[in-house]
Amino acid sequence: MSDTTQTGPVLAADGTPLKRSLARALRMQKIRALMLIAPLLLFVLLTFILPIADMLFRSVENSIVPDNLPRTVVALQDWDANSGEIPDEAVFTALAADLKIAAEAKIHTRIGSRLNYEKPGISSLFRKAGRRVKKWDIEADGPFTEQFIKIGKGWGDPEVWRTIKTYSGTYTNGYFLNAADMQKGPDGAEWRPENEQIYFTLFKRTMFMSLVITVSCIVLAYPVAWILANLPARTANLLMILVLLPFWTSLLVRTSAWKVMLQQQGVINEVLVWLGLVADDSRLQLINNQTGTIIAMTHILLPFMILPMYSVMQTINPTYLRAAKSLGATNWTAFWWVYIPQSVPGIGAGSILVFILSIGYYITPELVGGTKGVFISNRIAFHISTSLNWGLAAALGTILLAVVLLLYWAYDKIVGIDNVKLG
Amino acid sequence: MALTPVENQTPAFTGAVAAASGAFFGLFVGTAQGSGFLGILIGAVLLGALGFVLAGMTDKEKPLRWAIFAGFTAAGLLMGGLAAGVVGALFGWFAGWFVFWLATSRYRAHLAPYLTPGQVLWHYTFRVICGSIFVFLITPILVVMPLSFNAQDFFTFTPEMLRFDPAGYSLKHYQDFFTSESWQDALWNSVRIAPMATVLSVGFGTLAAIGLSQPHVPFRRAIMAILISPMIVPLIISAAGMYFFYSRIGLQGTYMGVVLAHAALGIPFVIITVTATLVGFDRSLTRAAANMGAGPVTTFFRVQMPLILPGVISGGLFAFITSFDEVVVVLFVGSAGQKTLPWQMFTGLREQISPTILAVATILVVISIGLLATVEMLRRHSERMRGMSPT
Repeated sequence: MSDTTQTGPVLAADGTPLKRSLARALRMQKIRALMLIAPLLLFVLLTFILPIADMLFRSVENSIVPDNLPRTVVALQDWDANSGEIPDEAVFTALAADLKIAAEAKIHTRIGSRLNYEKPGISSLFRKAGRRVKKWDIEADGPFTEQFIKIGKGWGDPEVWRTIKTYSGTYTNGYFLNAADMQKGPDGAEWRPENEQIYFTLFKRTMFMSLVITVSCIVLAYPVAWILANLPARTANLLMILVLLPFWTSLLVRTSAWKVMLQQQGVINEVLVWLGLVADDSRLQLINNQTGTIIAMTHILLPFMILPMYSVMQTINPTYLRAAKSLGATNWTAFWWVYIPQSVPGIGAGSILVFILSIGYYITPELVGGTKGVFISNRIAFHISTSLNWGLAAALGTILLAVVLLLYWAYDKIVGIDNVKLG
Repeated sequence: MALTPVENQTPAFTGAVAAASGAFFGLFVGTAQGSGFLGILIGAVLLGALGFVLAGMTDKEKPLRWAIFAGFTAAGLLMGGLAAGVVGALFGWFAGWFVFWLATSRYRAHLAPYLTPGQVLWHYTFRVICGSIFVFLITPILVVMPLSFNAQDFFTFTPEMLRFDPAGYSLKHYQDFFTSESWQDALWNSVRIAPMATVLSVGFGTLAAIGLSQPHVPFRRAIMAILISPMIVPLIISAAGMYFFYSRIGLQGTYMGVVLAHAALGIPFVIITVTATLVGFDRSLTRAAANMGAGPVTTFFRVQMPLILPGVISGGLFAFITSFDEVVVVLFVGSAGQKTLPWQMFTGLREQISPTILAVATILVVISIGLLATVEMLRRHSERMRGMSPT
């Protein structure tokens, strides 16, 4: 061919080398795609990712102590926390000076309540001291050691001072230790006494109940998905409505329905009593405990299990089962060795989805769980709105988030985020 | 269509199976009346006799079924009034159908001929199991509806309701919903927040979905992971983070704050539905439009938009329902001025349990039926349209 004589790169119509021209076109395409995505990405980053990052930051942030007690923090550095004695006069003078400023700005109570999370009783010490210190003249009224101890005996307790020293850094792992049922003792981190380990119990319960909910969803969803995938399309579409209607119905509607049905005087107990299966005076306790949470949440999350299972089972060729049977397999063998392995992707996708959704659930456990059936998320909400210990709420949230992200990563590996389907 | 040629069953077989089912139902009716054993006995004898006798008269099926239906209805009415009459009618219809279904072997006709009796039995047992799971799925929603018409302030069926006495029913909970100021405020807030959040998430989401479905997108997986994350991160964590952050920048407790938060939560749904529609989108159509001289904007609005519109609308409906149903985030990010309908229901359920909630629930169920129907219609429409476009 004559072309072989021509050396050098292939040229595009306008004279630039084809390779560069193509690269430029590709770059343009990429930039255009990114330009289309950019507004949304920015929006999500600002309204969603940044708040999450802020929460992660709050779980270690402790600037309130060093910012407002700067002199005390410096003075305490030379004090040996394990000496068993209270710090010297210099520290008390520094505290008096710090507290005077803090009390005038009315933030001494906030420092007090921050330290109170670590050692109960400090809050009132700070409140009382703040009131008195305002009237003192730091230059003239010393020495302060005796005066502080007169305001509150706690100021003479080395433990109180150790707590202040321990939590004097800008960052702390104290919230995380708390969230893991640990505390800072004289020799570093140690476990809390057995009877105070509430968060570990709560995490264990959340995991266990999510697992029970996931398993009961698998058990209930498998037959339904099978029958939907094997019925003629018209009938299957009709039955699909029964799955999609709960899916589209408001979560609160379904929770209130369960609240109505599960009560002592509720529909289920009334029917059982009427049928004579349960005596009138021993009605089943179905609500405000774990049973209630599990029943209601299984119902609420069941569509999330059925839909992915159904979409996988639709693709399984029914002739494989018949082939297995014609080769001599019994019903059970054919099902166990031929059908189940092919439906595993659906089970996996549904299980991870249901598990992720259930370990973060808040509304349903709050309304039907009572005290025994609540999840870790209810505790997070309690710390945000009632006990106002935001740092601990953030630390608990961070741990929960880490678990969920791990599962999300697994979901992405098994199913792929792109393959999420709705309805 | 029949797969298997069938002939009528013997009276003994029909009678025996019918007696078994009669015993099963008799157990419940019997225990309800005081004696389970007597119930089993009466049920078994009654249905067994019916099955045995009727097995030979399959040629007169229609009139006989009507007769059984009428007989059971009358027996129910005589024994326990209207409610028992309805139960009797249902049971009569079932008994008539069941006996003839057995007697004519209709149950066998559409199953493969090589199945053993055990497999046939399992086939129907399996259907009954599936049926009960469907009942489990739908019952809570069905129970709420009649209870919302309760004339009493109870959360359970009163004897008047069970007797179908008109005095047991009333619209007072609905009246309460439409006249109570707090409920109306909540409704108004929901109506103000949800559409705004939907507009935001559909606007940004559609653009981004078009961008994401281009053939060459750098960092596609990472971007997708970020955009989908509001759906995956537990709501309580999103709520906590947004509460902390929005109070820092002064958005906490404002209308704008709630709208932004809800828009962020709705975005994954828009992205998922719109990218799913775009998977089937034929790129040569936009090239053809460009070839004929249309600019990118004209191409988008005249060619691409009409084709992906069903996906955009159903994504929008998902985003709308997300915001309309959302309670955790609004509990934290909102203040009393942004109290939405779900929030009002939540406090209602937690503190003073008022049956007005059931009326609201019924209204919401009706709305969700409407939304479900719309989404389903759009999906079919979109599939038809894509079927038409050349591939």
